[in-house]
Amino acid sequence: MRTIGLVAISVFRESVRDKILYSLVIFAVLMISTSYLIGQLTAGQDVKIIKDLGLASISIFGLLIAVFMGIGLVWKEMEKRSIYALLSKPIRRGEFVVGKYVGLVLTLFINLGLMTVAFYAVLAYMDLTTSADIRASWAAPATDIQMLRAVALIMVELMLVTAIALFFSTFSTPFLSAMLTIGLWVIGHFNDDLRNVGGYVKSSVAASIGKALYYVLPNFAAFDAKAQVVHAQAVPASYLVLTGVYGLVYVAFVLLGAVTIFSRRDFI
Amino acid sequence: MPRVGWLRIIALASLMAAVVGLQVVQAAHPPLPLPTDSGNMLYVRSPAFMKRAALSYDALVADIYWIRTVQHYGSTKLANDKKKQYDLLYPFLDLTTSLDPSFDIAYQFGAIFLAEPFPSGAGRPDQAIALLQKGLRMRPADWQLAQELGFVYYWWLVDNQSAGEWFNRAADMPGSPNWLRPLAAVTLAEGGNTATSRKLWTQVAETSEADWLRRQARFRLAQLDAMDEIDILTRAVQTYRARVGMLPHNWLELVRVGLLRGIPVDPDRHMLELNPETGKVTLAPDSPLNPLPDSEHRL
Repeated sequence: MRTIGLVAISVFRESVRDKILYSLVIFAVLMISTSYLIGQLTAGQDVKIIKDLGLASISIFGLLIAVFMGIGLVWKEMEKRSIYALLSKPIRRGEFVVGKYVGLVLTLFINLGLMTVAFYAVLAYMDLTTSADIRASWAAPATDIQMLRAVALIMVELMLVTAIALFFSTFSTPFLSAMLTIGLWVIGHFNDDLRNVGGYVKSSVAASIGKALYYVLPNFAAFDAKAQVVHAQAVPASYLVLTGVYGLVYVAFVLLGAVTIFSRRDFI
Repeated sequence: MPRVGWLRIIALASLMAAVVGLQVVQAAHPPLPLPTDSGNMLYVRSPAFMKRAALSYDALVADIYWIRTVQHYGSTKLANDKKKQYDLLYPFLDLTTSLDPSFDIAYQFGAIFLAEPFPSGAGRPDQAIALLQKGLRMRPADWQLAQELGFVYYWWLVDNQSAGEWFNRAADMPGSPNWLRPLAAVTLAEGGNTATSRKLWTQVAETSEADWLRRQARFRLAQLDAMDEIDILTRAVQTYRARVGMLPHNWLELVRVGLLRGIPVDPDRHMLELNPETGKVTLAPDSPLNPLPDSEHRL
């Protein structure tokens, strides 16, 4: 456990040295600029648009960090040949992979936390500078705490994306790993179509394959509650728990796969 | 400084001078002619396809389409081109509301953009009704959408029966204001007069949650005031003609005989105009209250 922690902290330090936090500055500038511009571009609903844009930005920036850092976690060590020095130390391959994963999840967690603070700051400013009658027309308060439920689901989604990126990086090049991870993420948004493929095709075999894929592939659409929280629609705690557990179990499955493949790799 | 360093500085200065010189020459040239087509282009018209393509960002894509809707409506409304078209308005609104079915402002404002007569709007109350009915399928208990449907029937289709029925349906919905039921009764019983219109717009001005809609209602009320004023002034002109035997040449003549207290202005403080040949009273051409509704449309 201590070894995993040490690897995780080293990954986190490396991430900070990679100037990943610059993405936060871009995010904050984007958010603040948008809040001023948006009033000029739309008729009403500016707070809804800022919420949509803010949550989408948190999700997209997080996805980029998860994919492009996740694919380099193991590959970089092999490219720099530091893997030989690392594996010669009293560290198991499984601890190495899990430590790398935990380090990146820690980076993601802090990134998401800071982005969420910036997001709420912009919304609080909107709230302060808007008249009471316009505020009364909003579906939910500008700084509605329920939006944290959508952010929590985004975090679980990104944890799963990171695990998938790490999995591919244990046996593939960074470019191919990125393509495969993004591909799986896109397919994961079409899960409902896979389930209903029997309605589009006549072949019962294709329908069965579609249904099987629906259960096996990660259902990324389930982690999306952005529109619901913006419109002040309920995201029940039971849904949050069920989806969270689903994500964590899938993460464990993918990490186990990554550890298995990495343990069998021959570096000599 | 070594010779190479000086050469580099001279090269940089020369290139910058060349860039500035070329820019000066370019600025003196006439710009390229603008494309002759309207530029109205919508690459994706299928809401089903766009909903899939947006992945989990459908609300954000809906916002983008909503901003494009507002820009399309605004730029077309302000354009001086007589051939201008609001042809993308409905497809934009259809995409917006399919991507985010809870986007209530898109239904409400969109219906106004569509129903307003050309050139202020698309002049398509049928599309406004289709949009609001789509909204009601998504949100069957939204009284504001039912009320909007009543407005479209009342103002743009001059159909008091349907308008009253929709006001009644809106009144049946949870959370609806208590003025809707009497409004439905008035519309069914006496619909078609300016008093009913004034009641409708007053309710919108006082109760609408959207700032834009309240401004629109205040504008309509100002138009109603101007129309009432024009009616009074027309009667004064006719009284003058009966007394003097000829039409007045200007407002001062009516002031002199005591029919007016001063030069009449519209609610926006623009002087009203009198045609000395016909006796017709109209708004000043530069009054922002123009155009007043014609006989085909109500206010």
